[in-house]
Amino acid sequence: MVATLVAACGDDDDTGTAATDTAGTSASSASSASSAPTGTEPEAAGPTDDELLAVATTYADLVHAGYEAAIASATEMKTAIEAFVADPTDATLGAAKDAWLASRDDYGPTEAFRFYDGPIDNPTDGPEGQINAWPMDEAYVDYVEGDATAGIVSDTAGYPDITVDVLVEANEQGGETNISTGWHAIEFLLWGQDLSPDGPGERPLADYTTDANAERRATYLQLATQLLIDDLNSVAEQWAPDAAYRTEFLADPAVAVQRLLRGIGALSRGELAGERMAVAYETKDQEDEHSCFSDNTAADVTNNARGAEIVYLAEFPGIDGPSPSDLVAAVDPALDEALRAQLATSVELTSGFPATFETMIAAPEGDPANEALLEAIVSIEDQGDMIAEAAAALGLEITLEV
Amino acid sequence: MAAACTGSDSSTSSAPEPGPSSASTEPAATDVAGTPIDNTEARAGGDATVFVAGRNAFGQPIDSLTREERRAFAVGNNFFNDNWVTAPASTEGRDGLGPMFNAQSCSSCHEFDGRGAPPLAADDPERGLLLRLSVIAPDGSALPDPVYGGQLQDRAINGVPVEGRIVIERTEVHGTYADGTPYTLLAPTYTIEDLGYGPLAADIAVSPRIAPAVFGVGLLEAVPDDALLALADPDDADGDGISGRVNRVLDPSGDLVIGRFGWKANVATVEQQTASAFHGDIGISSRLHPVQDCTDTQAECAAAIDGGEPELDDAKLERVTFYTRTLAVPARRDVGDPDTDAGAAVFDELGCSSCHRPEMRTGPAAIAATSNQTIRPYTDLLLHDMGPDLADERPDGEATGSEWRTAPLWGIGLIDDVNDHTRLLHDGRARNAEEAILWHGGEAADAQNRFLQLDAAARGQLLKFLDSL
Repeated sequence: MVATLVAACGDDDDTGTAATDTAGTSASSASSASSAPTGTEPEAAGPTDDELLAVATTYADLVHAGYEAAIASATEMKTAIEAFVADPTDATLGAAKDAWLASRDDYGPTEAFRFYDGPIDNPTDGPEGQINAWPMDEAYVDYVEGDATAGIVSDTAGYPDITVDVLVEANEQGGETNISTGWHAIEFLLWGQDLSPDGPGERPLADYTTDANAERRATYLQLATQLLIDDLNSVAEQWAPDAAYRTEFLADPAVAVQRLLRGIGALSRGELAGERMAVAYETKDQEDEHSCFSDNTAADVTNNARGAEIVYLAEFPGIDGPSPSDLVAAVDPALDEALRAQLATSVELTSGFPATFETMIAAPEGDPANEALLEAIVSIEDQGDMIAEAAAALGLEITLEV
Repeated sequence: MAAACTGSDSSTSSAPEPGPSSASTEPAATDVAGTPIDNTEARAGGDATVFVAGRNAFGQPIDSLTREERRAFAVGNNFFNDNWVTAPASTEGRDGLGPMFNAQSCSSCHEFDGRGAPPLAADDPERGLLLRLSVIAPDGSALPDPVYGGQLQDRAINGVPVEGRIVIERTEVHGTYADGTPYTLLAPTYTIEDLGYGPLAADIAVSPRIAPAVFGVGLLEAVPDDALLALADPDDADGDGISGRVNRVLDPSGDLVIGRFGWKANVATVEQQTASAFHGDIGISSRLHPVQDCTDTQAECAAAIDGGEPELDDAKLERVTFYTRTLAVPARRDVGDPDTDAGAAVFDELGCSSCHRPEMRTGPAAIAATSNQTIRPYTDLLLHDMGPDLADERPDGEATGSEWRTAPLWGIGLIDDVNDHTRLLHDGRARNAEEAILWHGGEAADAQNRFLQLDAAARGQLLKFLDSL
């Protein structure tokens, strides 16, 4: 019943607001005395509350560990960037780039924790737009080909001092987010514009040594890096043991499991297969790839696919407990087996791409490189649909759009 | 009433957060309590109905799309959601923002494919309100401001002056129901401050417009012209005080066609509406609007680098249009609930359904799920005089300055779930459905007056019915 789930979801709220009030509001607006069943118990054949709680608890531990891993490697990136700024050489720039790439491998899987208005992307104060916004408004940040004085870095009159507040404010100019901070801003400041059809950007070292704005650019790079780490910490804290959000998340185990499945279902179907892959496949815009400056998009895709698998199997270093897969296997073993196989196939296909992402996009229809991309899209679409089926098998309904 | 207003206002700060996605399969013929469920009433979009509530209730694809159509929907969704960026950028297919603009993406005003709201405090971000600018010519038509153009763009890319800033002042309007219950409405007045290009025309008229929800437009587009003409009664031949008229507007090829989208039904097709919004609101050119929206006096705007000619190519325009056309209609809730059913009867008795027509039938359409469907949009898509209090004095096509298209009511009970507010009417002045009814005048004055005569119980039933839509 619609009414059941709406009412059940009514207590989804960021910390700090009155949960009872909010839940009451939603319940009263969505249900009525005569037609609203009470409670959120799945059907008799489904998992018990205890089983659901065990899975949700393992998930909460996993989410916390996932963000902690991302913070650890982002902090290593920060160290490498500080070393680069202190002594800009080809070697230190290369090390900073390597650290960015390594850190993306830890952040990518955490995108499986999105899409249910949790700490990362709740519409009120979730920092996702500040962390991972794309497309990157590069001309808003620094010079670009065709406009040598573009961006905040060049605009000494408009932005005499570059500070964290300036970046945050610029990011929310006019009430919008998604402009000038996060992973892709850092990526742009390290690699520069991607102007070649089959390689990454080639920002000259002089941008950080002899260029008139070298110091401002370095400041921007360092501040954006620190802001990223701060934002990641703000999310991780909400999943720490005894944190308010975590407690609230676990308060209704059925809703918690519904959310974690919605997270990986929407990541698969709407976001990864749709937004990130089908769009690039269709538009054939070579730069319609998310990490275009570094040409790391194929790895980003694999990292997202891994994220879905990690959540479904609850397999992550240091994490031990029952998984969503266990729940599904108990009610529909064949579906569980098929879904596990599909998740593995998606990771295998995306990690075995025969060419760079931009080459696959540009390749004509029928070309093996282009076909490989389509094959991966179909696999991830299918896995998204199967995640919805798995949720339904547990008596839970999810949507897959983002 | 006072309590209702307070509740509505405070909801913006306490941010009730319905679930991000609460889907459900279509209910069986009876619910768990054994009450029969009338699926005809619930299936507001016919075969293009989804049984989903919560945050994403307006953002679902029609179920029956093929795999390829679903992928096209995803691509359109992406270009609806993602920000456009300043040209030149590495992302060549997504640059060309502005030079002046109101928003960076469709979704920043139509958040979650839903409805915008006016800024409530001075420092509130604007979430989908814009101002049309017009100077009324001697022949009665609306011309753009010679310096600022036809729309105030309150943002610009770096290096281009912003046109100005919207300031809203609100005056309380007090009234009383027949049973003595008082109510208070807020009447907005709009001024523009921090003008970037000197004074506006002396007799400038400003017309506020809120971004409406976008689901279901493919169905409304598929209603044949003849069906609208059959509903129209321009001379009130039946003497019921209601004189619905079709708007006739020029389409891009110069033909006079029936309009059905926009607050004054001034746009004929979803494609034209999409291209116009890209152009006017985001500053993105397309085949239908190839020239940047700068006037002769806006030199920085004219000199700014563009993102290609056009910035939105035909394939992308087609995908975004396909996306909005295939957004499904959320099902009605609480059909069969005694209060809701009683409210539906009140809706009829007051005469609301004379214009907010419950049922329409679509004709043949390119998308199978929108073809030949019985839908329940609660609109006639016609123009009606709504009286002086709502008039913006801007004529548009054949619409006068006090005429508005009947707004579809499907989904209004879910706006709070999706967009965390309950603001209604063309500029979001009504804080909830009750206030929206109270603002009705002109042809709707009799119905509004009958609403004032209701007792609190009947008013509550009517509002409950509206909330179930």
